[in-house]
Amino acid sequence: MKLFKRLRAFLKEMIHLIKNKEWAQISSKLKRVLVGMKFTDGLLFKVLIYTLLISLGYIYLYPVLYMLTNSFMSTQDIISSTVKWVPSSLNWENYKLVFEEIDYFSALTDGIILAALPAIAATVSSAIVGYGFARFNFPFKNVLFVLMIASFIIPPQITMLPTFRMFSNYGLLGSIKAFLYPAMLGQGLNGAIYILIFYQFFKMIPKSLEESAKLDGANSLSIFTRIAIPLAVPSIIIVFLFSFVWYYNETYLSGLFLRGSDLMSLPLRLEQYINQYTSIYPEGSPARELMQAVKLAGNVITLFPLLLLYFFTQRYFVESIDRTGITGE
Amino acid sequence: MRQLLNNIKEGLLKGLSPIVTGIKKAWSFISELLGKILHVLTHNPVLNITTQHVIIAKVIKIRITNQRREAWLGLMFIFIWIVGFSIFTLYPVFNSLYLSFFKVRLDGAGLQTVFVGIDNFKAAFIQDPYFVEIILEYVLEMVLNVPMVLVFALIIAMLINQDIRGKGIWRTIFFLPVIISSGPVIGELMNQGATTLPSIENYDIITLVLENVGEFIANPIQSLFDTILLVLWFAGIQILILLAGLQKIDKSIYEASMIDGASPWESFWKITLPSIMPLVTVSVVYTVVSMSVFSLNEVIIYIRNVMLGESTVGTLTTGYGYSAALSWLYFIIMTLLILLFVGLLNIRRGRRS
Repeated sequence: MKLFKRLRAFLKEMIHLIKNKEWAQISSKLKRVLVGMKFTDGLLFKVLIYTLLISLGYIYLYPVLYMLTNSFMSTQDIISSTVKWVPSSLNWENYKLVFEEIDYFSALTDGIILAALPAIAATVSSAIVGYGFARFNFPFKNVLFVLMIASFIIPPQITMLPTFRMFSNYGLLGSIKAFLYPAMLGQGLNGAIYILIFYQFFKMIPKSLEESAKLDGANSLSIFTRIAIPLAVPSIIIVFLFSFVWYYNETYLSGLFLRGSDLMSLPLRLEQYINQYTSIYPEGSPARELMQAVKLAGNVITLFPLLLLYFFTQRYFVESIDRTGITGE
Repeated sequence: MRQLLNNIKEGLLKGLSPIVTGIKKAWSFISELLGKILHVLTHNPVLNITTQHVIIAKVIKIRITNQRREAWLGLMFIFIWIVGFSIFTLYPVFNSLYLSFFKVRLDGAGLQTVFVGIDNFKAAFIQDPYFVEIILEYVLEMVLNVPMVLVFALIIAMLINQDIRGKGIWRTIFFLPVIISSGPVIGELMNQGATTLPSIENYDIITLVLENVGEFIANPIQSLFDTILLVLWFAGIQILILLAGLQKIDKSIYEASMIDGASPWESFWKITLPSIMPLVTVSVVYTVVSMSVFSLNEVIIYIRNVMLGESTVGTLTTGYGYSAALSWLYFIIMTLLILLFVGLLNIRRGRRS
């Protein structure tokens, strides 16, 4: 509304100026509005920015929208070339089918447990290790630190079979322990990143705080538990959220470690179901066509818990980056 | 709508507050308990730690210096990591390096190994009809995609950093990929062609390039257009990193440069880019790694198929020994790529300053 009023006032003024034929003033006024004092505050710049934002935003949202709309399509809609975006009717059948086939609630519980427990373990262990790296000096610290960062770039293929054999020897396959134990020892998915986040954060705590606590009779453990941990709550939240999301989405290792067991994460179960479905129906049959929509519906309900989580916690994802000091200077 | 959301939020917060206080109480209890356990562990006849000495079994007496104490405490804190690293990273890495020199067969009795020397590595280049091709494709794709990801991440980070309306909404949109980018979902979207923008295909850009430059360059460009969405979706974390860097730049530097007559274009090259250069390096490393270990990566899929024996080409080009050799080659190439990118970035920086 304010914008509209300003626009009207501006137009009125312009018409007035045109009537009086004061061209010099008109051009300077226009220039002022379009380019502004220093270009970045002019109208042209605003238009440029919003155009870029909207087009990039479209690219980002395109697959999500595609997924949502197509998941509601019936067989006719998919085959028909006249229906591209909006399905002719909201067809809940796809959702119902996937919902029942993958046993959604039990799969969801499994998925959440499989993601949450390792995420908690990873958060705890990386907080301890990050604190160790940040606050103490010990021999070979730099070597160990470089090794820690290097462990991030090792592709999982290299370690996969030895790990697999080790787990199978100790009977860890097919249970959550296969993920829990590495996470507890700071070797979870992307573990190096979590340690790095805590490292950066704990480095920022002033030494004087620690010294004053020491004068008051605190030992290192109570400095860690009473001072460092409460200060690190934003980092804890962000590390937990990230590792939860990564564990939830992980299928490569869980497909290997949990193969054939009852415990299966949601994405994994969906994958299995889709493979079954594909093998039953031949290429080109209507059921196979409908399959596209069913698969997308499955993906939507797989992602739904994460989207819900993201909706409520996005300010942590987005804003606490500065506070956690992920940037590393 | 906003009222409703606020109500929901407040309700949730109220509902959560007993849980939060519960966690706080439990935490203080746990930390006290840990302290007591530690006290018992450090003040007993077997191990007695006083302020000046460590006395083991009343016989061995070690003087505590500040340096020694700090080193000891630090090692205690990272102890779990050292254990985990040796078990879950160091051992598998060396084991797979060792196995890459063997022909390995897995059967009921366990692992059967026959020493073959560097034949596995030779076979990758000589006998294997696919590997070299896939790796070359991968390198080309990386060389094209990584700069793309960074440029887009930087553009988006700078856009969000502007004074715009609805900051929260834009941020939510641009960080969405961090949540969604899981293998199966993206694979599904790729299969159904949702990761290409239909509007790009409608123009004949690709045929134009193909006619003028040749296949070697046109093919990667085509795949770039095909996967532009995927490329953009890889930029999630990088946007976060770069945005954090941008927010740390002191605004007064821009004001000062403006007074001296610098245009926004100049101040981008002379102020913004140099100040976030270290973060660009971090993002490059992250981009290369995340794209290389992404579960839909061609090389990764190929290596897995080799390992599971699903790609039977020759006698030597299957099995775990060979796939271990392949993963090591892949790892080396990946590291070289990272070094190349980081090197390029730092050469430019050196010249500028």
